[in-house]
Amino acid sequence: MDASTHVAHTHAPHETHPHDLGFWRSYIFSTDHKVIGIQYGVTALLFLMFGFILMMMMRWQLAYPGQPIPIVGDLLYSLLGDEAIGKNPTTGKAGVMLPDLYNSFGAMHGTIMVFLAIVPLAFAAFGNYVVPLQIGAIDMAFPRVNMVSYQSYFMGGVIMFASFFIPGGAARSGWTSYSPLATLAHPELVNGQTFWIIGMVFLITSSLLGAVNFIATIIQLRAPGMTWMRLPFFVWAQFVTAFLLLLAFPPLEAAAVMQLMDNLVGTSFFLPSGLIVSGNPADVSGGGSPLLWQHLFWFLGHPEVYVLILPAMGIVAEIIANNTRKPLWGYKSLVYSVFAIGFLSFIVWAHHMYLTGMGTKISTFFQTTTMIISIPSVIILTCLFISLWGGSIRFNTPMLFSLAFLPMFGIGGLTGLPLGFNFSDLHLHDTYYVIAHFHYVVAPGTIFALFAGIYYWFPKITGRAMSEFWGKVHFVLSLIFMNLVFQPMFAQGFAGMNRRMWDGGATYLNSPEVVGLPQSMIDMNVNISHAAWGLGLAQIPFIINFFWSIKRGRKTNSDNPWESTTLEWQTPTPPPHGNFDKHIEVHRGPYEYSVPGHDKDFTPQNEPEKHRKH
Amino acid sequence: MDIPYTVKPRPDTGLFNAKVGIWLFLASEVMLFGGLFSSYIFLRVGADHAAWPHGLLNIPIGTFNTAVLITSSVTVVLAWAALKMGNFKKFRLFQSVTILCALGFLGIKSFEYKDKFTHYEVWKKDGTRLTGHIDGTPWFWETKTLQEKGIEKLKFLPDAHHYAAPKIEHAGASSGEHSDAHAAIEIPVSEIKRLSAFVPSHSTYFGIYFTLTALHALHVFGGALVIAFLWGPGAKMWRTEPERFTNRIEVSGLFWHFVDLVWIFLFPVLYLL
Repeated sequence: MDASTHVAHTHAPHETHPHDLGFWRSYIFSTDHKVIGIQYGVTALLFLMFGFILMMMMRWQLAYPGQPIPIVGDLLYSLLGDEAIGKNPTTGKAGVMLPDLYNSFGAMHGTIMVFLAIVPLAFAAFGNYVVPLQIGAIDMAFPRVNMVSYQSYFMGGVIMFASFFIPGGAARSGWTSYSPLATLAHPELVNGQTFWIIGMVFLITSSLLGAVNFIATIIQLRAPGMTWMRLPFFVWAQFVTAFLLLLAFPPLEAAAVMQLMDNLVGTSFFLPSGLIVSGNPADVSGGGSPLLWQHLFWFLGHPEVYVLILPAMGIVAEIIANNTRKPLWGYKSLVYSVFAIGFLSFIVWAHHMYLTGMGTKISTFFQTTTMIISIPSVIILTCLFISLWGGSIRFNTPMLFSLAFLPMFGIGGLTGLPLGFNFSDLHLHDTYYVIAHFHYVVAPGTIFALFAGIYYWFPKITGRAMSEFWGKVHFVLSLIFMNLVFQPMFAQGFAGMNRRMWDGGATYLNSPEVVGLPQSMIDMNVNISHAAWGLGLAQIPFIINFFWSIKRGRKTNSDNPWESTTLEWQTPTPPPHGNFDKHIEVHRGPYEYSVPGHDKDFTPQNEPEKHRKH
Repeated sequence: MDIPYTVKPRPDTGLFNAKVGIWLFLASEVMLFGGLFSSYIFLRVGADHAAWPHGLLNIPIGTFNTAVLITSSVTVVLAWAALKMGNFKKFRLFQSVTILCALGFLGIKSFEYKDKFTHYEVWKKDGTRLTGHIDGTPWFWETKTLQEKGIEKLKFLPDAHHYAAPKIEHAGASSGEHSDAHAAIEIPVSEIKRLSAFVPSHSTYFGIYFTLTALHALHVFGGALVIAFLWGPGAKMWRTEPERFTNRIEVSGLFWHFVDLVWIFLFPVLYLL
């Protein structure tokens, strides 16, 4: 492709440099993909912390059921009132988490972590900041749509957050909002569930706009010479992720609209005939199907799992290639696998529903597709492992997080197989085993990759590096505590501990006729909770390091401090509006590290071949 | 430092940016309506066959509305083609027909809605069911309205035929629309188990009918707004950037075709099946 195709033939109102625009248009209503990426990143990190705090309070209730929560108990009481917070019967001290509040926190922990923290951080924040830079574009294809996407996400977040403080509190029917519970759980007409649905509609709109923008950008705005097979793997991962969001979210939107109708207008989409509520027949027409909600929910829900993990794999691939100073092993296999995952993730959803009685034939189908989808996942992980072989590895903080991602995601993935077989799922369904499984994928998996990404791209965004020492402290403590939190849950799950019990199973202690949980399993709750709070403390070095380094971190003095090959390091630091100060033309693949005969061990993608004179 | 390919197509993909964008958006819309159509199938397959309401919508009006939308699809293409040939006046003319068709469609649809809101079904305690109109054609009554208003006997004009009863093979009796067939009767409220207008909470059929058609109507409304904007204030761009303006018309036209296509599926599924 010749350079002239890159010249735009448009007379659109010319966008000026950000310092001409004033505070509001530069930082709040910005259309610059980098500013929007940072907006997404900061908001999502705040929600990540908020979701984690909810969980830390729940862990108190599980470890010490019925005892007032220390430190924040009084605050919670004054914020949420005595509907949600009880008093200790003996001491009279306020701060006991009541069952409804526990359910609320559980539902909102899941919702916030998935839809307001991880997806926006992994897809929208990193994708927005990095993808246009990596493909050599000056911005996203639709900058104003991009801005609206963030604003819609922000509105969704505000609605979800506000729902804690309305009468009746936030949604409390699980992050999956199964009907008919979600329709019947609240006595109020407009309630936490209504807020949840409206909030979800905003979040779905946001992802839709983001996904359209990402795909159009990657198809249309690649720099000259950036052919498909020269795209960094991170871009491929984001490309497939965008398709998952584009196609999987709308059925949930349809379901959300129908549940809203059920809750407000009195339809019976998800309410079966003959429904009895508190001993009385429900005043509805009936004829609906609770299974329908589950199908529509999980049609989103399972691709969503890959929305959570694919960007993380992309980040890890970039960092591994950079820090092993070697090309990624099996680039093509990685690309084809990520496509295979994307496609297959649409036909595995009902493995979440083996216990619904949907029929053995359907179970068999979904069990088969579930086993098949593990193949491309294993290929990706194997490629990343083999990429390490023979490399002269630099053990810096981003690389440590990336290396830890591999076994952690491995544990998460492999422990998913018993849940994918319906015969073993019968035993493990809805136990703490499930919690341990998917948290291994998302917490020490995806979140570690996100930390790696933050440490890795921080110098590009700020011009300063984060402290290596405190980064390593953060890493070691997080790794230890993550495993201390989630490893025991496998054991609890094997023992049959149900994942939704408000008192951590104390009710069923030593009652073999009901569940028969042994004391040792209940006691583990205390250890797990201690580890969870330890994990919270382990994030303090990160938070301080993050803010301290923005102003006072070591200056990198280079636009390419990690000596990377990909294009985001070919910009000034931080990249100005319009990104590149030179014409970008791509001459080579994304991972030309340690190529024999070259004078340095990395060759940026835009470096021309020696014999060509430019 | 402008974003490339906003107007001219990119050589290797042959598309300008907005065209990629709209096709992706439409793919997502297919999944949205696909989710609702699947729900329709799921609910109908699981429903008690005799209890599934059918024949309650006005087929001639629905057919007419289908024709209205198809006409608008034709004029959208003609308007775009007129712009391609540089004929702005013709564009305005055709596109005004499009907008009128959109408004006509919405008008007819709201008339149909009103019809449903005043059409009732009564479930009696002895198990019989009647459809028809309440004297004075009130809107949105339900079982508890009867108690609230202190009514003891409900003046009711039943339809000749209830949808769940076996079909009677003579003209005019197959549709519940013909409510004048029988004289008014009085039903003691004590015999009524349930009363509902043909509103979403009547049954899953009307639930999905209203959800699908209202969502579709919202799309018609949104599309009409965009087309009207490009017909009126947005048309200024024709003088400065004719090619970009033509692209906008093409993109809005693609959306309009999609909206029509959804109706092409909605009409047989909801009216005829």
